[in-house]
Amino acid sequence: MNANKVIEAKNVSKWYGTFKVLSDINLTLRKGERIVICGPSGSGKSTLIRCFNRLEAHHDGEISVIGIRLDNKMRNVAEVRKNVGMVFQHFNLFPHMTVLMNCMAGPMWIKGVSEIEAKQKALKFLERVRIPEQANKYPVQLSGGQQQRVAIARSLCMEPAVMLFDEPTSALDPEMVSEVLETMTSLARDGMTMVCVTHEMGFARAAADRVIFMDAGRIVEEAPPNEFFASPQHDRTKLFLSQILSH
Amino acid sequence: MLYQDTVDTQVLVHKPWFVALIFGIVLATFLMFDLTSTSFGELMRPVIGEPAQSGFFGRFAIALVVAVAFCANVVLIGFAPLKVQVAVVWFELLLLFLAFFQSFKLSLPFILANLPYLITQGVLTTVYVSAVSLFFASLIAIIAAVAKLSSNGFAYAIASFYTSFFRGLPLLMQIYLIYLGLPQLGIVINAIPSGILALSLCIGAYMAEIFRAGILSIDRGQWEASRSMGFGFGLTMRRIILPQALPVIVPPMGNTFIAMLKDSSLVSVLGVWELTFLARTIGQPTFHHMEMLITSSLIYWILSGCLEVAQSWLERHFARSKVR
Repeated sequence: MNANKVIEAKNVSKWYGTFKVLSDINLTLRKGERIVICGPSGSGKSTLIRCFNRLEAHHDGEISVIGIRLDNKMRNVAEVRKNVGMVFQHFNLFPHMTVLMNCMAGPMWIKGVSEIEAKQKALKFLERVRIPEQANKYPVQLSGGQQQRVAIARSLCMEPAVMLFDEPTSALDPEMVSEVLETMTSLARDGMTMVCVTHEMGFARAAADRVIFMDAGRIVEEAPPNEFFASPQHDRTKLFLSQILSH
Repeated sequence: MLYQDTVDTQVLVHKPWFVALIFGIVLATFLMFDLTSTSFGELMRPVIGEPAQSGFFGRFAIALVVAVAFCANVVLIGFAPLKVQVAVVWFELLLLFLAFFQSFKLSLPFILANLPYLITQGVLTTVYVSAVSLFFASLIAIIAAVAKLSSNGFAYAIASFYTSFFRGLPLLMQIYLIYLGLPQLGIVINAIPSGILALSLCIGAYMAEIFRAGILSIDRGQWEASRSMGFGFGLTMRRIILPQALPVIVPPMGNTFIAMLKDSSLVSVLGVWELTFLARTIGQPTFHHMEMLITSSLIYWILSGCLEVAQSWLERHFARSKVR
């Protein structure tokens, strides 16, 4: 197993009942690489990314994350989850905790970091996403964009080997999208390994090493962004791009 | 609070038609009863003369006075700020109830003579039994709720059988089953522990459903976020899900606790010297039934009042993180 590979998926398939959501997915993500997954709704892109920390179980094939095989062993899954950060469409911050506590919880409860150290770390990453002044507020007191940046900081506090973004800007008001994308771009610039499901093609151009286009549970096309946007190979990709870029 | 529209309307009790309506209803209601022979008649003696001979005039005069007084009262209260309104209405209703009890011609000295013992022995036992049951019931409820939500067939079967059985059987029967039935198996439990056991099991079954509903009310995303950070099941439950479920759980829990406080009176059938048992045994020999029963009822009311206060305090405490 190459230590450089952060995520490796081989022939991954998954069914919901008789409906095949993922079929024969092969994907490799190396350390420091950023990939963007796009595709029409229902194409299985969210399902795929959720398989990488086993929020969903795959049924066939093999997924390894940071060299650990994801299977039915809870210990493996827990070890992977500790090292994989995830940012959700609806933020999923813990509403009964302050922003600071949201960020401190992971390191303190999982990694056994002392309270003082966890607080320093939380403040550092809140600084990183540029909202240290909101540390003592509750999530409902923040705007959507701020909440999503807190969610990013919360994941960063676990110092993950890879970050998964599941449509992080889809639930945001238009003027808040950019602040989240800026945060993500600056993360990418600092060398964070990232998998990002998004329709923000500007972000894909600016930050991604590869763009993956999925349709009906398959990877249809995989190319560096300039190639992907300039000369898409498949008709399905062309159609999708023409629809998404036409306005 | 209900949703309040931002339109100021005139106070309902200051609208002439409404006051007229109330006036009519009260007048009609009191005309239906002949109150000349009661203390109302005595009070009206200067106006209607000898109450017994006043006939319809006396009846009408009494109804009129009551209706006028009632309407004046309602209109006046309408002018007061909210908190004063609440206090005045509470006070008046309380006064009415005390007047109702007064009409039983209770022997106050008898009540006062027995009250200290009723409190030191009866209230103490009732509170002790209820508090201990409350603790165990909550414990059982959480376990049963988690089991009922689990995908484990055994856990689900046991938990659903448990809730079905203990919600379905009358509490009185459960108490008998534990106190009289278990000795058949060679397990002898004293009266107080078996009362506590029966109460815990019964209330735990009701509360399991409350906890289950509370846990279900939490968004799936909270589980996903928590588990994706590597939190285990227990940690997620304890630190993420239950703290958020509690605000939802508290109002129905207050309900159940108050119900349990009064259900604890059923333990009296085992001869436990709690409030109801003492009220009955003290009152019986001297035929002062009503004195003791009403006194114990009022004590139950005060105790559940304390629980209500605790409930509203908890609700306010949990409302904090929801404020914008």
